[in-house]
Amino acid sequence: MYINGASAISPLPVFDAMTSGISFIPGEGNRLTAYEPAYNNLIDPKLIRRMSRVIRMGVATAMDALRQAGVSNPDAIITGTAYGCLEDTGIFLKRLVENGEEMLTPTAFIQSTHNTVGAQVALLLKCHSYNNTYVQRAQSFERSLQDARLWLTEHPGASVLVGAADELTDYSYALLERFGLYRHQAGGEGAAYYLVTDAASEKSWARVDQVYTLFDPGPEELQDLAAALLQEASGQIDLLLSGEEEMDYNADQYAKVSSVLGYGLPVIRYKKYCGVYPTATAFASWLAAWWLKAGKVEVDGLQLLSPGRILIYQADPSGYHSFILLSAC
Amino acid sequence: MQQAVYIAGRGAISAIGKNREENLETLKKAETGIGSIQYLSTAHAGLFPAGEVKADNEELSKMAGWTGTNSRSSLLGFIAAREALQEAGLMEGNRVRHTVSGKRLKIGLISSTTVAGMDLTENFFPAFLQNRKGGKLRMVRQHEGGATTERIAQALGIRDYVNTISTACSSSANAIMLGARLLKAGELDVVIAGGTDALSKFTLNGFNTLMILDQQLCQPFDQNRRGLNLGEGAGFLVLVGEKAAELLGGNYRVRVAGYANANDAHHQTASSPDGTGSFLAMKGALEMAGITPDQVGYINLHGTGTQNNDSSESIAIERVFGNRYPAMSTTKGYTGHTLAACGGLEAIYSCFSLEQQLLFPCLRIQHPVIENPGVVVTELRTVNGLQHVLSNSFGFGGNCSSLLFSLR
Amino acid sequence: MNREQLVEELKQQIIEQLNLQVQPADIVASDPLFNEGLGLDSIDALELIVLMQQKYRIKLANAEDGPKIFQSVDTMADFILANQTPQAG
Repeated sequence: MYINGASAISPLPVFDAMTSGISFIPGEGNRLTAYEPAYNNLIDPKLIRRMSRVIRMGVATAMDALRQAGVSNPDAIITGTAYGCLEDTGIFLKRLVENGEEMLTPTAFIQSTHNTVGAQVALLLKCHSYNNTYVQRAQSFERSLQDARLWLTEHPGASVLVGAADELTDYSYALLERFGLYRHQAGGEGAAYYLVTDAASEKSWARVDQVYTLFDPGPEELQDLAAALLQEASGQIDLLLSGEEEMDYNADQYAKVSSVLGYGLPVIRYKKYCGVYPTATAFASWLAAWWLKAGKVEVDGLQLLSPGRILIYQADPSGYHSFILLSAC
Repeated sequence: MQQAVYIAGRGAISAIGKNREENLETLKKAETGIGSIQYLSTAHAGLFPAGEVKADNEELSKMAGWTGTNSRSSLLGFIAAREALQEAGLMEGNRVRHTVSGKRLKIGLISSTTVAGMDLTENFFPAFLQNRKGGKLRMVRQHEGGATTERIAQALGIRDYVNTISTACSSSANAIMLGARLLKAGELDVVIAGGTDALSKFTLNGFNTLMILDQQLCQPFDQNRRGLNLGEGAGFLVLVGEKAAELLGGNYRVRVAGYANANDAHHQTASSPDGTGSFLAMKGALEMAGITPDQVGYINLHGTGTQNNDSSESIAIERVFGNRYPAMSTTKGYTGHTLAACGGLEAIYSCFSLEQQLLFPCLRIQHPVIENPGVVVTELRTVNGLQHVLSNSFGFGGNCSSLLFSLR
Repeated sequence: MNREQLVEELKQQIIEQLNLQVQPADIVASDPLFNEGLGLDSIDALELIVLMQQKYRIKLANAEDGPKIFQSVDTMADFILANQTPQAG
């Protein structure tokens, strides 16, 4: 599966990376907010007035990925979101409580539905294609990628728009902080969409080789899977994009994976740029694709020329593990 | 390589019964499960009728054998998924049996939900709004859609593959579709697919803002329809590919012969006047099954009872079938609109129709939307040679999905 | 409040309620609000129904009455003046 267009909005300003490049400066504070571009050229102002941030971020990156790939009507639109449209959910809940179930307005309710991002993209494109939304917590993006790959197997030659979007709101930040999620690493958010096909083209950024998931793995499962991936990569993985956080609850899991992949492998921890959120692997995939396309990795004092394969590994506190292997093409 | 997908088990819990058999018996008696709200705590209890599962959370917890704080959506989902697995012979006590005749089966759970743990979150919120440190965290632990499924998967002991879809009212139709696709691709041997949604203040008030709730018992597919009644419940199918079917040795009579998902791309909530999304979904399902419209003997309609849905759906049907309409009815008048669960529940009702050669009537019909005599089923009808049933599920965001079930 | 003030107030309220990206002066009171005018749609109509209830204590029982009443700011003002129950105090 090849990435022919990729767009991300994140606390790390990457949306305009093609014109402005990227300054890898870790986010400050304990709540990272996505750096949003001017949307005027991307979304009809008549429609944007109803869109919460997650919808705007999702729709803008989807449109941008399509534009890059030169696709106006994808054959499938697949979206992952762990939390859905939290801002609208919060607005509606607050009014529900405060107004005692009276005098409520429809907009927040309508826009709170989990499939709103994918639906708004379809609506803007007038696209009648297959449209699906996955909400499996920290595997929402992975499940979307897997569906994209399955769709391409079933429909050779098709183009699939696939991505993920999640937002951090005042309510969710307060709540997730209480759950201890942001004790050592800032909370984050973001959106990223990709236009993928089953054949490479001159527009291709990178190839997605494997998407593996595990839940609450047994003692050997994690190492076995990492070993299998290493073998599939013919022993050649050049960089690990790691979801490991400061003082990570899953530090031992990350250590297990590193022990299989070899301690000499360069590791970059991506959550200092995008913050902690369940679909952060969609941002990490964007970084990986960006570097593979550029043919070099330059970050954190690390310089790596002609990277061939980049592996993303994330162990979410909720027990979800995922591996995404990308390679240069 | 396109292997067949069979239905090996079914589990249903809704306003018309706490298990599959009760659902069937109530359908046969043409009795509604919709009435005034008894279990949900809401200011609108006297105003809007709803199709509630006739049990409080305590009773559901007992049925599930669960303790602690659980979302009603998780409880309903577990009860229905377990029943489906029991029918398929895949339960061992309260856990899924992975080994059959010495072979290990890869088993996946694909659930779907729109509200998930909102029934708990909305009761957490008053304290939280007062003070950000207020409210008990266990009340929001199952807020996320995926958390509901995770709870069910953990209780059943399913780890190979767990996934949740949320595409509004077409959610569980899409779960069944993904299940069939994963089986055909050989990624899994068995899939439990369906959906679950509890009634919540959030959805009741949300639909009320759209002014599409009927204050009387709804009359879907009637010219005098006034809107929908909400419902709740869960419906799950156990889908098996050929390998698992052989190992389980069941004589499965119904298969998933076709499916399609299309988007109406017209409006965030309303269906297009020409029913493009529904038209494409039905047409796609027929094409995949390789059958012509005249081979479809019955349609289980989405048929919610809103002006907009029923008119758009009937126009889409006309576009697919011309004036050679198959028989059709909607079961929303029994269960209310169960949102993410309706595709799963109605898949099971479609199985009933195929296996029993019975068409269940629309309730409370005075002037059917499609007036051709006999098209809209208005009383329990015994048929012969019913081979193919189409089941429609359409939702917010233009998500339209149709499933085609066929007798073997 | 006279009719003129009501019209100005309505413009401001509509912009706020619907999060429109325009100024009150951009709205011509006699221009259509829906479709070709401000481009409002059925969701906005539902929002306006709540606005009428919240700000003017006028309850529309039927969503289908919306299009007639919400044709323009003028028609809304007329409807409010004809139906408003005098506020206590």
